[in-house]
Amino acid sequence: MSGERILDVDQLTMRFGGIVAVQDLSFAAERRKITALIGPNGAGKTTVFNCITGFYKPTGGAIRLTHDDGREIALERLNDFRIAKQAKVARTFQNIRLFPGMTVLENLMVAQHNMLMRASGFTLLGLVGVPAYRDAEKRAIDLATDWLKRVSLLDRADDAAGNLAYGDQRRLEIARAMCTEPALLCLDEPAAGLNARESAALSELLLSIRNELGTSILLIEHDMSVVMEISDHIVVMDHGVKIAQGTPREVRDDPKVIAAYLGADEEEAMAVMESGS
Amino acid sequence: MTAPSTHTTKPATGIPALLKTGFINAVIALVLFSLMVGIRTEAGSEGQLTYWTRFGELASLVAAVFGGSIVIELLRQWIGPTGAEKLVPPAVQSGMSFVGRYLAPALLIFTLLVPVIFYNQRYILDLAILVLTYVMLGWGLNVVVGLAGLLDLGYVAFYAVGAYSYALLATNFGWSFWICLPLAGILAAFWGVLLGFPVLRLRGDYLAIVTLAFGEIIRLVLINWQTLTGGPNGVSGIPRPTLFGIPLNNSDEGLAAKLGIEYSPTHRIVFLFYLILALALLTNWVTIRLRRLPIGRAWEALREDEVACRALGINTTTTKLTAFATGAMFGGFAGAFFATRQGFISPESFTFQESALVLAIVVLGGMGSQLGVALAALSMIGGFELFRGLETYRMLVFGWAMVLIMIWRPRGLVGHRAPTVYLKKAQAISSDLVKEGHG
Ligand SMILES: Nc1ncnc2c1ncn2[C@@H]1O[C@H](COP(=O)(O)OP(=O)(O)OP(=O)(O)O)[C@@H](O)[C@H]1O
Ligand SMILES: [Mg+2]
Repeated sequence: MSGERILDVDQLTMRFGGIVAVQDLSFAAERRKITALIGPNGAGKTTVFNCITGFYKPTGGAIRLTHDDGREIALERLNDFRIAKQAKVARTFQNIRLFPGMTVLENLMVAQHNMLMRASGFTLLGLVGVPAYRDAEKRAIDLATDWLKRVSLLDRADDAAGNLAYGDQRRLEIARAMCTEPALLCLDEPAAGLNARESAALSELLLSIRNELGTSILLIEHDMSVVMEISDHIVVMDHGVKIAQGTPREVRDDPKVIAAYLGADEEEAMAVMESGS
Repeated sequence: MTAPSTHTTKPATGIPALLKTGFINAVIALVLFSLMVGIRTEAGSEGQLTYWTRFGELASLVAAVFGGSIVIELLRQWIGPTGAEKLVPPAVQSGMSFVGRYLAPALLIFTLLVPVIFYNQRYILDLAILVLTYVMLGWGLNVVVGLAGLLDLGYVAFYAVGAYSYALLATNFGWSFWICLPLAGILAAFWGVLLGFPVLRLRGDYLAIVTLAFGEIIRLVLINWQTLTGGPNGVSGIPRPTLFGIPLNNSDEGLAAKLGIEYSPTHRIVFLFYLILALALLTNWVTIRLRRLPIGRAWEALREDEVACRALGINTTTTKLTAFATGAMFGGFAGAFFATRQGFISPESFTFQESALVLAIVVLGGMGSQLGVALAALSMIGGFELFRGLETYRMLVFGWAMVLIMIWRPRGLVGHRAPTVYLKKAQAISSDLVKEGHG
């Protein structure tokens, strides 16, 4: 790891009563890079996300976000909505959380709430319909339209989000997160439930977000084809601790990782690998 | 083996299941009614307790509950929500949407003409004012329950705060209605925020119970704070509204004398009618506008998924508080109107029954729909009057009508949501997708 860091997780620990979901976890995510967080089921990946985005208060440790201008924010001290609003961290959920009874476009408008609130003079100016607010709303619709094009949902803009197919809902959730114009985008298993073609499209979308917009991405994913193809750096967790990290190549060949995934111990995994090569 | 499995995934519809439902309900009825109906007690001629049993009546009640619950269960399965929508052919549905488009303007024009058409029918005018009051209350509560998805069982508290604000300010300081009206709204909104703070962390049933308690607390304070509110005797001699200072009475300064026309008490009724109509339309206009502003969208998003709202950087605390305050403000306006119309208020007018009635209007109307709420207020208050001839059976018939409507349209009269913004074409969203909120 040499580049500029956007996120530093330092000795993060999260306990639920007797369960230690995450223990002394330290890793970093680089700016304008895709960092993947992988590990078997129950490894504690979603818990790490919930700590970063403020849905859980960590039992211990520090999470530091560094903005472009050098401003540092201690995420473990902020509330969930402040992390999204001030620290500019956006996230998606493992079980999609859209606003199903609102249209696709409305979902993307809600994402621009804080910008529109300011433009509407905290509702009072908007109520009388000042031109400045109408301009802001138009810009918001333009941004939403732009994202609908990127995730190829433009023709579904006026449909209820709950009526979209599963894969479309996943992409809409990413578009909604991006409409908050985040510095760091956290995606919890975006490829879950997608078919091969949709997964490939997703990889392309994430690469374009990184390359064209320069947004840093933190990615939890079980689909190894996606992870290996697009990640710049991979952190592997098992039972709440980090067991390996490195480039896709390094991680793929790490016996500890293979052991964790196969549920076997290290020697066995080594044996499997050696016999394979 | 691979027989095409068409719509055969109904819930257990067998006769045993039906009998079981009926039996359970009959047992509940038996327990409830055995003391209420089965045994009749009275003070005898010498003051001693006499009682006798009425097992015949008890048996027929229990049998009616047994039969009734089976009928309801069958109705639910045959013309239930899934069945009913499929039974309606598309042509009829598009016809209904055509009616829907022109229903609201037609209703508005008719309402504007009501005082002209029914000028000599005082009863109808009074009823229309009552209906409009409930339309306004329904629209106000709709912000909290229908849009933000927060179940508020104590809405009457804000109605009471508005009514007492006007009554006390006007009787003690002699302030005019037009100064007190905004004050009543502001005070009610203030109480809305005060209520909002403690209940923000609560959801669903807990929220409902705390708001219910809040409504009762306000009523009890009104009863017990005798020095300020006059206690159970209420406040009387509340000034009638004036047309910008010109009273609507039979004096030389009155409007009739100034216009040089003959005085009639109907003038004031007509004035009150247009006053509440204007207030209700203001509520409607503001709500429709708010829905299209970020705050309104945030309310609806909150109803759909609170966690997702927070992940998008929306401050759910202030969003909920603004919903409470806005709903409460409209309730306060309606309360001030109520006070000036009645000229006398007492805590008896602000019981839980009122909250329940307004909530029933919102639910029956289809949560979130402005037109639906107006129709529901009309049918509930108007229907209630229609059944007046039935005397003691009024409540029973009315209850049955409600049950049937909720079986027929479980999501309310207007069962779809209109989007607040669109790219190409605004499409109504089926209520199946729209969440009800969880508090
Ligand atoms: N709110 C909670 N209360 C109690 N235990 C929890 C809570 N959240 C997570 N856990 C526990 O923490 C451990 C890690 O869960 P987590 O959801 O983070 O795993 P994960 O790596 O995301 O798994 P998956 O790949 O299945 O999504 C699990 O044992 C889980 O039961
Ligand atoms: Mg997970």
